[in-house]
Amino acid sequence: MSSATGTQLLEVVGLGRAFGATRAVANVSFSLRAGECLALFGPNGAGKTTLLRVLAGLLKPSAGSASLSGVPLPGGALLRSRIGLVSHQTMLYEALSARENVSFAARLYGIRDSARVESALQRMSMLERADTQVRSLSRGMQQRVSIARAMVHAPQLVLADEPYNGLDDSGARSLTALLRELTAAGTAVIIVTHNLVEGLSLATHAAVMKAGSFVRFDTRDSVDSASYADTYRQAVASSV
Amino acid sequence: MTNLKISWVSTAAFVAVAAAITRAVFFTPLELRQGAAQKIFYIHVPAAWVAFLAFALVAIASAVFLWLRDTRLDRFAESSAEVGVVFTTVVLITGPLWAKPIWGTYWAWWDVRLVSTLFLWFIYVAYIVLRGAVESPTLRARYSAVLGILGALLIPFIHLSVYLFATLHPLPIVAKASKPSLPGEMLLTLFVSLAAFTLLYIAFVRARYKYAEERETIAAAREAHA
Amino acid sequence: MSDTFAAAWLIARKDLAIEFRTRSAFLAAVVFALLGLVIFYYAWDPTAVAAIDLAPGVLWVIFTFSGILGLNRSFAIESADHAIDGLLASPISRESIFLGKALANLVFIAAVQLIAIPALAIFYNLPLQHIALPLLGLAFLAAIGLVAVGTLFSAMAVNTRLAELLLPMLALPFFVPIVMSAAQATSKLLSGRPLSEAAAWIKLLVAFDLVFVVACALAYPFTVED
Repeated sequence: MSSATGTQLLEVVGLGRAFGATRAVANVSFSLRAGECLALFGPNGAGKTTLLRVLAGLLKPSAGSASLSGVPLPGGALLRSRIGLVSHQTMLYEALSARENVSFAARLYGIRDSARVESALQRMSMLERADTQVRSLSRGMQQRVSIARAMVHAPQLVLADEPYNGLDDSGARSLTALLRELTAAGTAVIIVTHNLVEGLSLATHAAVMKAGSFVRFDTRDSVDSASYADTYRQAVASSV
Repeated sequence: MTNLKISWVSTAAFVAVAAAITRAVFFTPLELRQGAAQKIFYIHVPAAWVAFLAFALVAIASAVFLWLRDTRLDRFAESSAEVGVVFTTVVLITGPLWAKPIWGTYWAWWDVRLVSTLFLWFIYVAYIVLRGAVESPTLRARYSAVLGILGALLIPFIHLSVYLFATLHPLPIVAKASKPSLPGEMLLTLFVSLAAFTLLYIAFVRARYKYAEERETIAAAREAHA
Repeated sequence: MSDTFAAAWLIARKDLAIEFRTRSAFLAAVVFALLGLVIFYYAWDPTAVAAIDLAPGVLWVIFTFSGILGLNRSFAIESADHAIDGLLASPISRESIFLGKALANLVFIAAVQLIAIPALAIFYNLPLQHIALPLLGLAFLAAIGLVAVGTLFSAMAVNTRLAELLLPMLALPFFVPIVMSAAQATSKLLSGRPLSEAAAWIKLLVAFDLVFVVACALAYPFTVED
């Protein structure tokens, strides 16, 4: 259920999230239109995962606000049904097969059409091994199933936390192709990655996060990879 | 020499308890049938009163915490629980000490109050162990609050269960303790004891709460520097 | 409202599919129950205690402990690859997650009971046929209580350092009224007394179930970090 490319989709204003005294995310503001892709870089512990978790509805914001298609986060069931989350944990059930995992996820989102499960698996090239138990699959294949699982309900916003983690070349290519397809169809994507090349190749916007805030936020066109690599390295160095 | 500041509340509490015990031992008449052993009553009953008071306060603080999410309530619940478990232990030790000479048996499964106190102790200990086992402070507060509330719901059921058990089963040969009717002197001593123990509870909780506060301040400072 | 039950049923089916695939927790619980029957029998002097007197206590103690074996794995499967995040990020409500898991646990415990009760009849040479229906009803009522409390505490325990030790510590105090009521009622049934004499215990059990199913379902969302 994607929107026409160009409409305002995600609006984040002064978003913050604290755990006790620690502010994991502080004063983050940006907006994304349909079809745009934000590549989010930053050292470990910068708050990228926390930011994604707040946007996914897993955590409530402690400050500021965010809204998707005008509906404020954290919303109810309707809002969560429009968001897809890929994390570095696979969120899969090892004892079930790939197909069963994706099928279960589809049903969580109210989708009973098995054709969509098949097509989700197919886009990540997992149709052949769809009936294998997840525990027998390699890490890369598990990651593919996890991605299929996150997209089966055709979300408006995809939040991907280091999705390239564990993928081999062909898996990475499938993922990139899938993300391009999604953005072309109007899905907004936020991707957290340490892979500058992949991230920037997909992105329409790029940001570097450090200690909970954005230290840079640019549109892709106004940025070159070298300058980004610099900022990123600086951010990592100063947080050690 | 460490800087040992004892608040006036603590001083008052210790004095009060000392006074109560002195009065109980030296200035209160002996009970006719039970003799000297009955004097444990002046520790046992007030300790039980405080144990249940502390528990009720933990439950109330837990409920309000889940509603308001104010960490001060969680800190209070933690303090009240740790103080409460001490008083509960006192009840469970003085109980059998009193029961043996009076009832002829150390423990009585038909005594609603004694068994309820035992379960109070189980919940308290579970509460403290639970707190120690959870890493995340926010989760720790929530989990404890849930246990605090559910524990309070459990006690009436324990009460009912033991009561049913006692009424539906033949009483042991040992004579059940009849409710002692207390003449004026003894009643006064009891009230003095109750007041003293309540003061002690307040003193302990205050100290424990301050310790919890300081511990959090230190942890927050450490985080800020990291 | 029906969405909640539909989602709960979906989760229950998923949990049962996983359990059926591996079967290890179920087998462990069944073997544990059977071994328990054996140990308890040999631990008593058969000339001093008749099997019919031993049976109710043994049966209910066994259900409690073997139930805990199953309850442990209930949320363990969700923490393995953070599958719980998948559930929490989806449109279904927190309540349906709890209900779904509780339902799966209920089926699990009921399945163990369906094996353990006939095993008891065989091992202890007790004619249970004529009380089969009331006994199964009792078993079901008790299972509901065990599952309500056990599911909630296993959700909490899975996020702690001492998960397998913490679950019994938290849950067993709550299991006592259940076990007591069920065992006392079973005892009445076994000695051929009419059901009406066990009425008080059955009412207690039903009251416990009502209070704790509601309380635990309401408490579960508070145990989810947000």
